[in-house]
Amino acid sequence: MEQQREAGSIGMWVFIAQEIMFFGGLFLAYTIFRWKFPVEFAAASNHLTVWMGGLNTVVLICSSLTMALAVYYAQTGKTRAQVGFLILTGLLGTTFLVIKGFEYAEKFRDNLFPGGSFEWHQQGDPNHVQIFFWIYFAMTGLHALHMIVGLGIITWLILKARKGTFTPEYHSPVEISGLYWHFVDIIWIFLFPLLYLLGRHLEH
Amino acid sequence: MSEHIVQKKVYFVIFGLLIVFTILTYYAAQVNLDNIFRGANTVVALTIAVIKATLVVLYFMHVRYSTRLTWVIVAAAIFWLGILFVYTMSDYATRPNGLTP
Repeated sequence: MEQQREAGSIGMWVFIAQEIMFFGGLFLAYTIFRWKFPVEFAAASNHLTVWMGGLNTVVLICSSLTMALAVYYAQTGKTRAQVGFLILTGLLGTTFLVIKGFEYAEKFRDNLFPGGSFEWHQQGDPNHVQIFFWIYFAMTGLHALHMIVGLGIITWLILKARKGTFTPEYHSPVEISGLYWHFVDIIWIFLFPLLYLLGRHLEH
Repeated sequence: MSEHIVQKKVYFVIFGLLIVFTILTYYAAQVNLDNIFRGANTVVALTIAVIKATLVVLYFMHVRYSTRLTWVIVAAAIFWLGILFVYTMSDYATRPNGLTP
């Protein structure tokens, strides 16, 4: 049993290693273009709504705590608390996506989505500013997609957990879903300062 | 090695630290550190992000209490990411006309 449990968690870690490479390519693109166009990147970044990004960081950290507690209550065999914290995690994840949705709506309204209707009349070459917004939408979009997948997994866990499937002897699905959820949180921990805060010190 | 159950108290402490570091990274970004050296703000932001990520990996993701094999896989993932960055940047950084492809 012990070996099976470990194999499951290592399988998820191998998947996460692959995910790090997946996001790594985007972080690399970010690094190169930010190095190439520092002025435009700072100007574009200062245009993002920092309180929304910050609030979402806090929401995700809270959801990581509730997920960790859901795993804890699965390990200790308390079904009700486990279901409760899974539901709370799902609600926090949904809150994140709703805030992100409002943020995207703002960007679309201001014609900041890259493409034919892109408009930029402030500091810097609009084409280079557009590259920032390409990267912004690609990275946060891929992250949001991971959140949606995560919410699907949590819904499935809630349905299973309510039937009392997970016990102190068997709760690998909760444990490895937790690994995935925390990994998505880590991506946001890097995205928040890199996308929202990079040019703030130049504003004053 | 049987499964290690992390105490609830540990989770709350880590959660508190993560919130503190989030506030810290926000305020550090408002201060212009360019007079220390150019890009100092980025170094500070990334250092805080790495600390936060490490806390999540070690405690929320239980790696601190996991087997050596898990450690190897986590280390390999970070090492591979390092290869991606070091090799690519050593190319871009040494081009005579800067970053032009």
